[in-house]
Amino acid sequence: MSITDLGMPAVRPVHGQGNLHAQVAFPKAAKEELKNDQMRANIRHATHTIRGKRASVVGEVPDWQQLRDSGSAIKERVMANLPELLEAFEQNVMARGGVVHWARDADEANRIVTELVRETGTTDVIKVKSMATQEIGLDAHLEEHGITATETDLAELIVQLGRDKPSHILVPAIHKNREEIREIFRREMPGATDELTSEPRVLAEAARQHLREKFLTTRVAISGANFGIAETGTLSVVESEGNGRMCLTLPDTLITVMGIEKLLPAYEDLEVFFQLLPRSSTGERMNPYTSLWTGATPGDGPQNFHVVLLDNGRSAVLSDPDGRSALHCIRCSACLNVCPVYEHAGGHAYGSTYPGPIGAILSPQLTGITSEKNASLPYASSLCGACYQVCPVKINIPDILVHLRDEDIRTQHGQRTQDDAAAAPVSHDPATESADDWRSEKVLTGDADSDRTDPGSRTPRAATRGAASDVVASVRSAGRKIAQSAPARKIPTQMDAMMKGASFVMSSGKRMSLAEKGLPLGRVVAGRDHAIGWLPGVVGGWTDQRDVPEPPKQSFRNWWKKHEGETEQRLAQDGVVASDPSDGSADGPAAEPPQSSNGNNDQDGAQR
Amino acid sequence: MNADAKTEILARIRGALTDQPVVPETPRAYRKTSELSREEIVEMLEDRLLDYKANVFRETAESVAERIATQLGASARYVIPEGFDTAFLPEDTAARRVIMDPNDARKASALSVRELNQVDAVVTSSTVSCAQTGTIFLSGRPDEGRRAITLVPDHHICIVPLDSIVELVPEAMARVEPTAPTTMISGPSATSDIELERVEGVHGPRTLDVILLG
Repeated sequence: MSITDLGMPAVRPVHGQGNLHAQVAFPKAAKEELKNDQMRANIRHATHTIRGKRASVVGEVPDWQQLRDSGSAIKERVMANLPELLEAFEQNVMARGGVVHWARDADEANRIVTELVRETGTTDVIKVKSMATQEIGLDAHLEEHGITATETDLAELIVQLGRDKPSHILVPAIHKNREEIREIFRREMPGATDELTSEPRVLAEAARQHLREKFLTTRVAISGANFGIAETGTLSVVESEGNGRMCLTLPDTLITVMGIEKLLPAYEDLEVFFQLLPRSSTGERMNPYTSLWTGATPGDGPQNFHVVLLDNGRSAVLSDPDGRSALHCIRCSACLNVCPVYEHAGGHAYGSTYPGPIGAILSPQLTGITSEKNASLPYASSLCGACYQVCPVKINIPDILVHLRDEDIRTQHGQRTQDDAAAAPVSHDPATESADDWRSEKVLTGDADSDRTDPGSRTPRAATRGAASDVVASVRSAGRKIAQSAPARKIPTQMDAMMKGASFVMSSGKRMSLAEKGLPLGRVVAGRDHAIGWLPGVVGGWTDQRDVPEPPKQSFRNWWKKHEGETEQRLAQDGVVASDPSDGSADGPAAEPPQSSNGNNDQDGAQR
Repeated sequence: MNADAKTEILARIRGALTDQPVVPETPRAYRKTSELSREEIVEMLEDRLLDYKANVFRETAESVAERIATQLGASARYVIPEGFDTAFLPEDTAARRVIMDPNDARKASALSVRELNQVDAVVTSSTVSCAQTGTIFLSGRPDEGRRAITLVPDHHICIVPLDSIVELVPEAMARVEPTAPTTMISGPSATSDIELERVEGVHGPRTLDVILLG
């Protein structure tokens, strides 16, 4: 896509900030999370439960595919007409007594909300679970400004009391089991006694008691929104416990933070999404409570209503025609629940507020693929396609993953234009400034920053030079040499070095033969169990979770050299004349019987 | 400041859409009209509500007062919205008393949140119910009241007139005024936040009695 072609003002995409970045890149984080067997067992139990429920309630809807088609098309329409729909939404909210604020990024949204809370004179707010406010880190920002935000959703409360991080879109505490939750409640809830058992019913009752007084007395609430209707200015929150209704109904002031992509054109469109969302999300025919409100209703509910429209990178996602459908997401979390990678790594490994398959395509686009830590996310998938199958709005997640991998590779190789690839201006965000430790593990020098300074001059040539001369010796020292000779150039990755090296070796019969002499070394490494449990560098990712079988004692090429004469021998015995008896025989040894000096061991090795 | 933000965000979005994506006509091939009989639809609603652990009763104009009395129990202070048909209610007794809310929190006689927290139950009517999903819609009409009265009390007795029951979600949505403050209720409050195991009864009313009236 070229912006200048159409004579439009060139607006460079501006990426988002906040809890969208991993502190640690996925491969490293996943390695850590994989050690947590309890967490994996909890997630496995939960995701398998919900999969079954979802499949059963989706199966009873005969027009499910038609609903998905509609949902997908409606969202496509929203994205294409977003400016007009946002302006219509603003007008309709204002006409009903609401106030609309616009926030370019997380900082701006946090400032607006903090100021609105301050104006009410209170320092306590109650919150409805919201991905958008999690994304912008609102709770922490409020706390820095002396405002206490209490999460009222049970799972969010568990996370907040446990000083933990959410790990699932729908059930942020999915990684905790009932025993662990009981421990958190007993430790953190004033008045919790030994009578508190690990029965979910008892734990839910404890949460009710804990929050009841808060609901009755707190004057300001903050929510997210599942849907905003452009034609009416109506907002909707979908929930189960009634904490949402409490927050949306009882306080004097309600502040709703909504991503700009959450709009729907018409009220009629809700009839599609109210069918798609609950069945995909909790595996219920309908969630217990759905609230709809438009501005402020005199004499019913909060009389002061504000909505903050949040960009924070969404417009940047929109600028990529091949990736923008990630914005269609209605945060149901069905893709997390079916994902084999999520099931094993858990939500924390993704770092971002948005974990799982949808997070793997959304987070790197919100922050820009040039954001080093998130650049590993598109690889956090086996491309099995289960996520696409269950997505209620038919986001083709595998396609976008492949597209983003391509973007990443082209960025790595300097094949994207500066406008394309340059990290767009992101407001101050420590997460993007910290040194990368995903790529740097794989970058030969460990100096990832030099690679970021001048994307325009990136060239794969440097990779050609150094790596080819040094396949057998340490790739790390080779990389250092390259870096010294061309510090401003693209730093080749280990993968580059491996590919170049492989090409160098395989293009010459002599070098290939020489390289194969190294095979017995692999057998030494493999040891008695005939398996290699650890390999260094970029291939090490493979051996982290599985073993590589030891290499054969002898390569096929070497084996063939010794045995190719047998063919001629057999042909001669059968009375067939070889077509070209001179071919190759000059190089090879004379025809030998199988029981040659090579011995039986060699044959074993060749057959292994 | 805010105007600047709006201008900039809209410029970013317009800049992002310079490929001028073609929008296909939205297909709406999903079901919009029920093909079931009235009795089948009512049975479906009943089945779904029971699945959510709501209590369901079929009553007539003659039997409804007695049903409400039974569900309230001998001793109860309960609230009704101003427009609720009092002919459906049992006579007050010394221990059982009805309180009328004026449907406007600004009025002096409106119950405060604290007072609502003290009452035992609330009795209201409803706008429409969707059988397919077991969902009852309240939209703030005079016999449904403002949102707080059906939220804070722990026991909600809800009248669902038989002729307000439809099968499909689109049929139900079509009967609701879009800008009305609306609450869609599918069973008593519940959570699945602990090991994704559904538990009924968290912050909203823990008991939902539905009276199918007709």
